[in-house]
Order: sequence, then C-alpha cells, then structure tokens
Amino acid sequence: MNFITICENVVKLMVKYWDKFLLTGLGYTLSLAAITVFFGAILGSLIALLRMSKVAPFRWIAAAYTEIIRGTPMLLQLYLFYFGLPMLIPILNKQQFACVAIALVCNSAAYVSEIIRSGIQAVDLGQTEAARSLGLSQKQTMLSVVLPQAVKNILPALGNEFIMITKDTSLASTFFIGDLMTQCLLIKGATYLTIEPLLIIGIIYFIVTFVLSKVVSAYERRLRRGDIR
Amino acid sequence: MKGGCVVATYDKLIQVKNLKKYYNGDKIKALDGVSVDINKGDVMVIIGPSGGGKSTFLRSLNLLEKPTEGSIIFEGVDITKKKDENGKKLDIDLHRQKMGMVFQHFNLFPHMTILQNMTLAPMKVKGMSQQEAEAKALELLDRVGLKDRADAYPIQLSGGQKQRVAIVRALAMEPDVMLFDEPTSALDPEMVGEVLDVMKELAKDGMTMVVVTHEMGFAREVGSRILFMADGQLVEEGSPDQIFNHPQSPRLQDFLSKVL
Repeated sequence: MNFITICENVVKLMVKYWDKFLLTGLGYTLSLAAITVFFGAILGSLIALLRMSKVAPFRWIAAAYTEIIRGTPMLLQLYLFYFGLPMLIPILNKQQFACVAIALVCNSAAYVSEIIRSGIQAVDLGQTEAARSLGLSQKQTMLSVVLPQAVKNILPALGNEFIMITKDTSLASTFFIGDLMTQCLLIKGATYLTIEPLLIIGIIYFIVTFVLSKVVSAYERRLRRGDIR
Repeated sequence: MKGGCVVATYDKLIQVKNLKKYYNGDKIKALDGVSVDINKGDVMVIIGPSGGGKSTFLRSLNLLEKPTEGSIIFEGVDITKKKDENGKKLDIDLHRQKMGMVFQHFNLFPHMTILQNMTLAPMKVKGMSQQEAEAKALELLDRVGLKDRADAYPIQLSGGQKQRVAIVRALAMEPDVMLFDEPTSALDPEMVGEVLDVMKELAKDGMTMVVVTHEMGFAREVGSRILFMADGQLVEEGSPDQIFNHPQSPRLQDFLSKVL
C-alpha cells in the first residue's frame, strides 16, 4: 500500500463519515473536555483552598488527594471510576459518559489545584506584607491584592490544562463513550482500514489543540499588556 | 479626626520590652533581648552591620515578624498578646493602620494605578468615599511632586518615584508612626537624594519615624536618636554626636571605621 492510496482513502473516509468524525466524535471530545475543565476548576479551587488552610488536617486531606491522583495512572482511575462508581451510586449504572466525566473531573481537579496554589504562592510575599501593613485584613489582602495578580499566573496554565484534557479524553474511548477515538475504532471495524481513520483523528486533534494554544497565548499577551511598556 | 474630645496621649508611643526572635528553635537568635522606648516625635535611626537584627526589629514592631518573646506596647496596648486586658480579641489590623511602613523593594501593587494604590486602604479599611480618598491622595502626591503621575502604573515609574509613592501611600492612612526598612537600598545612587528629601521633610513636620538605613549622612543629619544594633542586641544608643563622634563600644568603633 503506498502513500497515494492512503491519501485517497483518507479523503474517501472523510467524505463518507464526516458527520461521525466532526459532529459526534469532536462533539463528545470537546464537551467532555469542557465539562472536565469547568468542574475540575471548581473542585480544584476547593482543594487549593484546603491545601492552604490554617487547619492542618484539611491540608493533609488535600495533599493526600493530590498526591494519590498524580501518582496513579489515569487509565487506572478511569477503570476504577467506571466499575466502582455504579456500585457506590446505583443511579450511575449504565451511565458510561457520566462515570468517565466524573473520573476526568477528579483527575483534573488535582492538577488544577496545584496550578491555583502555585499561582497564588508565586505572588511576591512583599505584596501581602505591604497590604497588611496598610491595615488590610487577610481576606481583603487576598481579594484586592493577591488574587488579581495570581489570575495572571493561573489563567494561561488553566488554558494549557484544557488542551491536555482534550487529548486525555481519548483514553475514555476504552469505554466507547462516543468521542473521536471511539469513532476511529468504530470506523476501523466497519471498513477494515487502520491507518486512515487514525490519521484523520490525529489531524483533527492537532487542529483543535493548535487553535486552542494560539487562543491561550493571545489571551496571555493581553493579560500581560499592563505589565510591559 | 480627634474631634475635640480628650484623647489619651502617650509620650512613649512604642515601648519594646526584652524582644526576642529565634529561628530554628533557638539556634539562630535574630533578636536577643532588645528593650527601647520610642517617643512621640522621635526620628530613631537604626544602624549596624547586615544580619545584626535591624530589619527583624523593625518588622517586629508591626508584627510582620512574630516575636518569640517579649512585648511591644503600642499606644498603651500590648500588641504581642492575643487578647487585650478586657479579654477582647486583639485586632492587629487596627494597630497596623496607625503604623505606616515603607519597604526596601517598594511593594507597590503592580495591577493598580498610583491613585488606586493610594486609595485602596483608605477606602477598604477606613471606609472613606472614593472622592474623599482621591482628593487626599492627590494632595499627598502633589507634596512629593508626582501629582501628574496619578494615572500611571508602578512599572512606568523610576525607583525613586516608586519609593516616594510608597511613602505617601503609607501616609494616606494618617499613621502615628512611620517605619522605614532600608528605603534607599534598592535605588540607583542618583535617586537616593529625592527619597531622603521626602523623609527629611516628614521629620521636620514632626512625624515619629523609625528608620533602618545604611545612609550615615541621613542618620547624622536627621536622626534625633541613633541605635546601633549588632548580633541581635542593642549595643549602643545616643544622639548623633555621641554615636558618630564619641563611640564607646569597640563593636561600634569597628563598624564606624569601616563605613565612614
């Protein structure tokens, strides 16, 4: 099989199955990524708050959570959630998409909490000292002085996390939840073509993440506009 | 603000008693039993070798450093205690308002304009209206010749300008004492003068000041009392004449021979 045939097949497949790739597949992939980042950011913020809490046990819980999630393979976590969650919560029985989404959210939250924590801690301690010496309370200092500066560190990293998650959703195809990778497997089964569907979704993944990373860096430049003159 | 009613006055604005600050258990003694009274109107200049405890002492005064032992009595209240004598929880923010602080690295808020830097605390902490706070800020900026930079961001200012803004930002809270932590050490040499001039002006207006500095000329000219600190201890104290022309302790004589 030569290069020309592969190209022909790619075009043929794209024409025949474009809706499977671009509507169903990309739709599932992007919505799974969006759900993951949105709820991951909320859960991640809570964990970051716990991590920086004055109460030691809260810090331990948050640290343990982050370490366990980061120290185990994502595929293992997906399996555990996929088979474990319906046993704990019967309503999630046969709800593959929900189980996978919850697993991804829990995974992402650990990484997001580290992004938020390091973003806050990267703000110069002198800023806090200056605010406190002016009589601002700890809460006022956090809201008016530290967080507005931390956001500049956090948002670009959060954008990169979204890109990572978009790619990581391909692992969810293990459970045939309909994302791009699942479509690839289905079309491979229907056409007996292996390389071509892989090439197609590879191109789609690349275009999506490339565009996203350009958006993130444009946004980053806009955030920094106030700093550089 | 004093509104005609009787306000208790304290000749001794800050009394520091046997202040100690240890790190690593008691391995490093940054402050090892310092006692001193700071009176209203004093311009107290603290000199001494690096690592001698000058900055730690200054930062302890408004509890940016938590002392290991000893007490700091500010306007009659021991601020190192968690509760006051009536058993009420001590609100350190309330006392910090009355102690302005100027840092070596300015610590202006980079995401705010100069005007916003100056109005933040008066509005948030004192509940001033925006117009009131801005009017006051502009008046203070005018005093240091920076009124036309009110809408600039800190990044657009030179080091000397930033430090002048930092000084008036602290003044906007109408503090009873101003603490200066090496205010000219991070400046280019040609900008030191403009900052020292503002400080001299402030001293002339009768502001109580505690200044940690390596500027011996300023200490001699403006200081009303000089403290020499080394190895976490207050080694010698006196008028500029006593300290610079008739130093008693060998430690101070040695220090002066190196810096003068």
